[in-house]
Formats: sequence, structure tokens, C-alpha cells
Amino acid sequence: MHIRLDGVGHQYGAVEVLQDITLEIPSGQITCIVGPSGCGKSTLLRFMGGLEQPTSGSVTEVGAPPDDCLNAFTYIFQDFALLPWRTVAGNISLVLEDHGLGQSAVTKTIADVLARTSLSDFKDALPKQLSGGMKQRVAIARALAVNPAVLLMDEPLSALDAQTRELLMDDLVTLWTRAPFTAVYVTHNLQEAVRLGHQIVVLSRRPGRIHEIVEIDAPLPGRSLSDPVLQKQHDHLWQLMRDEARAADAELVHV
Amino acid sequence: MSDAVLEPKRTAEAPAQAQRPVPFRGGGFKPVERGGIGLIVFIVLIGLAEMGTRQGWISPLTLPRPSDVFWTLVEFYQTGQLVLNILPSLTRLAVGAAIGAGTGIAIGLMIGLFSYVRAGLVPLVAAIFPIPKIALLPLFVIWFGIDEGSKYALIAFGTFTPTVVATYGAVDNVDRTLIRMGQSFGLSWMSIVRKIVLPGAMPGILSGLRISLAIAIILLVAAEMLGAEYGIGAYILQAGSLYDLDRLFAGVLILSVLGVLMNSAVGWIERRVLAWRV
Repeated sequence: MHIRLDGVGHQYGAVEVLQDITLEIPSGQITCIVGPSGCGKSTLLRFMGGLEQPTSGSVTEVGAPPDDCLNAFTYIFQDFALLPWRTVAGNISLVLEDHGLGQSAVTKTIADVLARTSLSDFKDALPKQLSGGMKQRVAIARALAVNPAVLLMDEPLSALDAQTRELLMDDLVTLWTRAPFTAVYVTHNLQEAVRLGHQIVVLSRRPGRIHEIVEIDAPLPGRSLSDPVLQKQHDHLWQLMRDEARAADAELVHV
Repeated sequence: MSDAVLEPKRTAEAPAQAQRPVPFRGGGFKPVERGGIGLIVFIVLIGLAEMGTRQGWISPLTLPRPSDVFWTLVEFYQTGQLVLNILPSLTRLAVGAAIGAGTGIAIGLMIGLFSYVRAGLVPLVAAIFPIPKIALLPLFVIWFGIDEGSKYALIAFGTFTPTVVATYGAVDNVDRTLIRMGQSFGLSWMSIVRKIVLPGAMPGILSGLRISLAIAIILLVAAEMLGAEYGIGAYILQAGSLYDLDRLFAGVLILSVLGVLMNSAVGWIERRVLAWRV
């Protein structure tokens, strides 16, 4: 199953944030969307999961989600969005409770996703006891629990420090290698994009248009920034973004 | 090696310059736990009153002697009057506050969740909030009868408005990102309300409950002004009209203790229900 965007544009009042975005999100691959702040990349992600509707153009899902999928488009948020009054296991059970699965199936799914994200020992911890990286791992486990067709990640690592970010990127790569998933990954961090993206969509500053789409062929597991080819691609992306970012930085905000 | 070279130089230079520790100026206005001070304030005040009334520089008409108030309380208990008076009062408090806080939380949730209810009821609540409920007692007597009905109504009405305002404020303050998360996972409306909005609003609802319960105790005395044979409020009013200061203070003391107990009960609930708070 994949997503097709056709001529998507959006306006908040008089401000045009996105313009004529036509894009295919291929199945089983990670698509990174990068761009300067305020270019509408998070808005674009909200269109893909149906949390917001574009003023023009269409977002289409092509094909059917897998049979055991409970929530086709599943988000991972920058601020984790965990319920502070529920334990780690409780937060995951939250998204399974509405589907009438039966207690044993729910327990089994929770144990499975906790094992996959190596969180089994933290099952009964409250979010306030966890570090930022752990919280995002719980959010990832919660997203995996519903067996999504497409993972929509909105700057998932931006609230974390550099070391934790590295560790979580490794985790995502491992998860993807074990069972490739379709994902759209919004970020302003080019290193994350080069590390995780099969295709990288560069947006221009507001109103966001597609500036260029860069494909990276190197297999995910072996990627490292010391690789000169990847370094070159990183530098190329930075060249593309640099002027846009500078111009975006100097703009006044009209909200 | 470079250390060894630098070391003598530093010590040689040191005596020439004055040294002192960097003065501490942090700390802010952070409250510090000072156990027992509250108790000492109580004891000192009561001790002063006792001394004053015994030595005569406080006349017995101004303030009753604390020990007299204490013995009045003991007598009140021994004659069985305490139980006789406190049971109807507690029933009135419990029934009235339960009705008021219960409907208050329900209406507050509705206001928080539905824009039409909000548009319709917020002005109404704002209009009835400032009405002194005591002024409406005669009206309640006509509507609900001179018996328990009017007393329940007065307490319920008094606790209702602050609970409504606290509840819809608390619902408004629930983290929107959590609600958006619930929607993005396809949770049903009912699930979002039950599992996200309600627990998220709980801190605000409970702190509203503290205020409501204090108001309920205040209104208890007013409710027992008319047609109450027994009750702490009735007892206080009776003592007041006879200028029996010992009994008046004994009654007031019971209300104070009741307030402290209710407050710590809410505190206990908060500690249990809101253990997740940072």
C-alpha cells in the first residue's frame, strides 16, 4: 500500500504554505521530507494521515492495507504524546483497546512490540520515569503495535540529544532491516535524512514546493556519514537548502 | 609533564592576589519545608488567649477561655449531643456536596466538550456564580420544603458553580497533542473522553473540589438557619443568639476540624489518583 499526492496545495487564510506538491510514497521504503522551518513539511505529513485537509489537490491511498493492520496511517510525534497516567504497557494497550481483540491477544501484542524495541524491562514504568529516548521508543512500540501500513514520523528525534538520536537511528534501521516498513519521515536534520531515507524530498521555503528529489541507493544498515558518497550527498542537500534556510530565517512570521 | 611546569608558577603567583570563595546568591524564592511551625503558631496563639483570659487582660466577653471551650467540647461529646448534632450535618454536607459536585463535573465536562453547550451555559454559569446563595434560602424553602430538601439544595447549588468553572477550565487545559494522538490512532470519541480527557482534567477537577467542599461547609451553617433542630450550624447559631461564646467557639472549632479533614481527604485522593504527575 502506498500514498499518492496530486497537486496538493494549502493556505492558512491568506498565507500560502504549500504549492502543487505531487509525490509518490513508495511502499516498503523510507521517504524523508526536509526543508527549512515553516515550509509546511509537518502540514504535509498531517495531510497524509488525514489529520488535516489540503485546500487543493488530493491525497490518495493506493491499494489495501494488510489484513492484520489496525490503523493504516500511524504517527510518531516529536513530543512523544504518551499518556502520563498510564504505564508503558498501558500506553500501548490504549491503541489496542478499541478493536475488541481480547485480553490475551492484547497482552501478546504488547509483549511482542516491547521485545522488538527492547523495552520489556520497562513495562510497568510511568512516562515520567523514562528518559526522552526511552519515551520515543515507547511511542515507536505503540506505533508498531497497530501494525501500520505507513508510519508517519514528525521530527521524531528532534526533541532528543545528539547521542540518543544516534542510538534511535540505529534502532530504526534495525527495525526496518528486520521487517521493511513504509515510512514518511519529516525532519530538518540532513544527517537523519541521509542516514534513513531511500528518497529525500527537499522542499523550498514557504510556500513549500518540491525543490528536488534525491534518491540514495546505499543499503540502510551499512550507511555512515564517513562514507564519502553519503557525505557528498549530504553536502549536496545542504547546498540546496542553504539559501532557502537563510531566506526563511529572515522572514517575518505571519500567524 | 606540562602540569609540573605550570604548577610552581601558579603557586608562586597566588599570594599576590586576594582569594575568596564565589559568594552564593542562588536559591531563588523556593519554599522550604519547615515542619512543626504551623503547630507552634497554634499553640502560641491559644496559649496567649488562655493566659490573657486567666490574668484578666482579655475580658471573658471578648474571647472565651480556650480551656472552657475545650471542656464544653468534652461535655458536648459526653452528653451525646455531639453525635446527635454532627450526624445530620454530615448527611447534609455529603448529600448536598455530592449532588452539587456531581452535576457540576457533568455539566463542566459537557461545556468543555460541546461548543453549543459552552455557548449556551457559560454566560448562565457566570450569571449565577456571584449570587450569594444564602440570599436564595427562602426561595429554596418554598421550592424544596423547610425540611432537608432546601438544605441539600442550598449546599448543592453553592458547590455546583465553582465545580463547573473548575471542570471546564480543566478540560480546556488537557494537552491537545494527546487528543490529536488519540484521533490519529482512530480511537472512538468515547475512548478519547474516558481515557484522555477525563484523566487529563482530573488535577483541575480535584483542585476545584477543594474549593467547593470549603464552600459547602460555609453554606452548611446558612442552610441550618431555618428549620433545623439538630446540626452543627444550628448549634452555632443558637449559641450565637444567646451570646454563649464557649459553645459558639466549640461549634466553630468542629467546623474547622471538618474543613481540615475534608482537605486532607482530597489530598489523599490526589496522591492516589495523580501519582503520575511529575
